Amino acid sequence: MRINPRFTDSLVRHTLNLQAYFTVGLLVVIICIIFVKGISNCGLSFILTYPEDMGRHGGIFPAIMGTVFLAALSIVFATPLGLGTAIYLTEYTRESRLTTVIRFGVESLAGIPSIIYGLFGFIFFVIKLGMGWSLLSGALTMTIMILPTIIRTSEEAIKAVPRSLRIVSHSLGATKWETTVKVVLPSAAPGILTGIMLSIGRAVGETAAVIFTMGSSLRLPASFMDSGRTMAVHFYILAREGISMEKAYATALVLVMSILAINILAYYIMNRVIAKYS
Amino acid sequence: MHAMNVKIRTQQLSVRFGSSEALKGVNLDVCKNSITGFMGPAGSGKSTLISLVNRMIDFEDGVHIEGGMSIDGQDILGKSVDVVGLRRRVGTVFAVPLPLPRSIFENIAYGPRLKGINKKSDLEDIVEESLKKAVLWEEVCDRLHVSALKLSGGQQQRLCLARTLALRPEIILLDEPCSGLDPISTAKIEEALNELKKDYTIILVSNNTKQIARATDFSAFFYMGTLVEYGQTEKIFTNPAVKQTEDYIQGKFG
Repeated sequence: MRINPRFTDSLVRHTLNLQAYFTVGLLVVIICIIFVKGISNCGLSFILTYPEDMGRHGGIFPAIMGTVFLAALSIVFATPLGLGTAIYLTEYTRESRLTTVIRFGVESLAGIPSIIYGLFGFIFFVIKLGMGWSLLSGALTMTIMILPTIIRTSEEAIKAVPRSLRIVSHSLGATKWETTVKVVLPSAAPGILTGIMLSIGRAVGETAAVIFTMGSSLRLPASFMDSGRTMAVHFYILAREGISMEKAYATALVLVMSILAINILAYYIMNRVIAKYS
Repeated sequence: MHAMNVKIRTQQLSVRFGSSEALKGVNLDVCKNSITGFMGPAGSGKSTLISLVNRMIDFEDGVHIEGGMSIDGQDILGKSVDVVGLRRRVGTVFAVPLPLPRSIFENIAYGPRLKGINKKSDLEDIVEESLKKAVLWEEVCDRLHVSALKLSGGQQQRLCLARTLALRPEIILLDEPCSGLDPISTAKIEEALNELKKDYTIILVSNNTKQIARATDFSAFFYMGTLVEYGQTEKIFTNPAVKQTEDYIQGKFG
């Protein structure tokens, strides 16, 4: 029996609709649970005060700052390195054995579980290089971890810039570097920024690799060589060791809200860039 | 042709892409302060020839060049040639309008900025002068900071011409600049070129023989990589020496 094509079409449409709503619904449910369970403990004082009694009481100010420092430092290390690699791969070299090897390496790096990065960071940065459990060890480990994301997204963004724009730039007497900086990168900026945002999200949300390298000290890190705790690590310890589920949910709420804020900010910056170069 | 007036000279110039020959032993002198038209069917080598003048051919793979090409008597094909400097002397307008994704003003200021001109008043002068020469000023003078992508195709192409003029080049290459344009836009480009030849050496590549007849002083007819005939446009179009040229002009092939 032949099924009415109109019926098939509407069936497909509704199934796809349902799938989309299901995905968004899942996100909404998660955020709602975190919100409901966390909001009662999450006031201004929670954000601005220091924790007491292992986090059973008080706020999470040092963990917020620890998160900001770690994410910022990792991005500062990883962006130039990753963007440089992407520019090299797309603009300064032809496809060859070498680029295949580099790409394969980058992809392998992306596939390694974060706990392995943590272990490597612990052995190499913390012990071998004597950096101890510190912000620097943590940031360097996170740098290696987020590099593949930045390289891949930047590479895709740069590749998507039409070749004709490069030709025009060269025809107007620009060098390769001038063309890259003035034409290619501005056009690729939204894509590159997306990669950076994904990386920030990853650094903010990471626990395993961070505990091994940055430690879990509850003090506010005063230098690069101090240990510290990120919100994700704080949440993990509060929940894992049964210290305080209420505080854990409040921490999770702050974490989720800050990721949302970062995304909104990135969206805003991206629109500014797009408005200027279109 | 008087030797004093020669701007570009090619000597036994041959170009191969891999195993296919794009140009075969071309000898050609392009005159200063005139418009020289290159015509011929697709694959005749005319575009290859102009991509040598601005060395945009460097972006192609597997190119093999023999023979010589010079501007003002100086070789431009050698390895030691300052290609970036050369491209500032040789402006190019491509077949499709290719504005950069930024404002009209910034499109035209792009070249001058690369040369180190950054003073706002200087740039404003250059932008105005270039737009006027390209017969576009009156249409856009009140919206210089609007995205160039918002202009019509014909306007975009004149913008590209203005952007090239802002480099203050000696030579302007136009590679089928009107192929996608309506007759009015085409007329405006031709009007601009006619004014410009006083100060520049212009090469106009076109598939449109009528445009070559209308807009050029000298014409060259290429076929399969060979320069078939070259001379004053009037003579080529009224009394061609070679039968092939006559057939092409009359639209019998190509």
